[in-house]
Amino acid sequence: MIDRLHLIREQAAAIARPVRIMEVCGTHTVAAFRAGIRALLPPGVSLISGPGCPVCVTPTEFIDQAIALSKLPATIIATYGDMLRVPGTDTSLERARAGGGDVRVVYSAEDALILARANPGRTVVFLGVGFETTTPPTAWVVRQACGSVSNFKVLSSHKTMPRAMAALVAGPAIAIDGVLCPGHVSVIIGSKPYEFLARDHHMPCVITGFDPADILAGIAMILTQVAEKRAAVEIQYTRSVKEGGNLLARRIVDAVMMPGDALWRGLGMIPGSGMVLRPDYAACDAMPMLRGCQLPQPCEPAGCMCGDVLKGLITPPMCPMFGTRCTPSDPVGPCMVSSEGSCAAFYKYGR
Amino acid sequence: MCLAVPVRIIECDGVKATVDIDGVRREVVVAFIDNPQVGDYVLLHAGFAIVKWTQDDVREFEAIVNREPAPAEQDGGSRD
Repeated sequence: MIDRLHLIREQAAAIARPVRIMEVCGTHTVAAFRAGIRALLPPGVSLISGPGCPVCVTPTEFIDQAIALSKLPATIIATYGDMLRVPGTDTSLERARAGGGDVRVVYSAEDALILARANPGRTVVFLGVGFETTTPPTAWVVRQACGSVSNFKVLSSHKTMPRAMAALVAGPAIAIDGVLCPGHVSVIIGSKPYEFLARDHHMPCVITGFDPADILAGIAMILTQVAEKRAAVEIQYTRSVKEGGNLLARRIVDAVMMPGDALWRGLGMIPGSGMVLRPDYAACDAMPMLRGCQLPQPCEPAGCMCGDVLKGLITPPMCPMFGTRCTPSDPVGPCMVSSEGSCAAFYKYGR
Repeated sequence: MCLAVPVRIIECDGVKATVDIDGVRREVVVAFIDNPQVGDYVLLHAGFAIVKWTQDDVREFEAIVNREPAPAEQDGGSRD
């Protein structure tokens, strides 16, 4: 650890200009804060949080849809716990549950399927949220359920990471010099999907693990590329990430799901960046259940700057509501709600 | 949301396996793992194993969490 920090300091001194590195993944954001890495880096090297917290980029509309489904008779919403407090237009799933909705937290997509089997008289809607790491489990349970468990449905908000990174680097200048690519997304997709970033945008990319020693090594590898004025996709997290990723997981996803347009909180609509169920699996799609549901006109919380935070345009303390009107105990925006949101991480570790 | 933890398979039956997570046992899905075997270490994300670690990978991880030099750094050995 100490050796790696010394190396980073020597590299930063040799580069002699500010270097901004985006950690795309929310799990990296929290791991770096928890270990105090931001504070240990030399003044010229800074970490910028990106749009890689799936809870934070889930749009208001999706929460509104989940809340509307929770009000249907004989319906159970099964969700990863992170989603409970995310604000929709009028309320959150947590408040919908307090109002009588049957909203249950599951650890695994398979637990949602088990819940459906145990409640044959009710429809279980699993909220499919997350990036490439979390999509294969959803695809796997859909394939298990389809044709045999008629009361299991999925409301999919799954998203793919490289297309969002493409939108980010093609958007307003955020002036980043390198990217720490998400480790566990890359376990599934491998390193090839990032190659356009290095080739077309001259962006150094390092797929990095989540231990503090991994993160420091990833930063050092970015600085090496910056110093040598080259851009390549490199794997620091070699114990988990292979160049070709996990083919078995990707095959199941490809069999069950296909790309669709997706709305990202902060980034807007990104064509082809979502994953929706293929027509063969339409029986498991929860979208038709929304017919006839009253949905509010989607509206972001007034004054919330989560969109700019997610794009790396501002840091959380630059939002006027940060730490005053918006705190983890009374959050306004999703980046303060999620434990992996950059606002929550800044509030907990960065003040 | 992309948290994953290394776990050891202690029983395996097709696409399901029982794993040991710091003394806690849980049934998980190993459908994404090629030829899962009892004794394998896998990385577990939300109830699904997503990659199998080699013995070298396990040693590298243990070296990191114990804050010891990794074997390759210690003796100049290579990773196979």
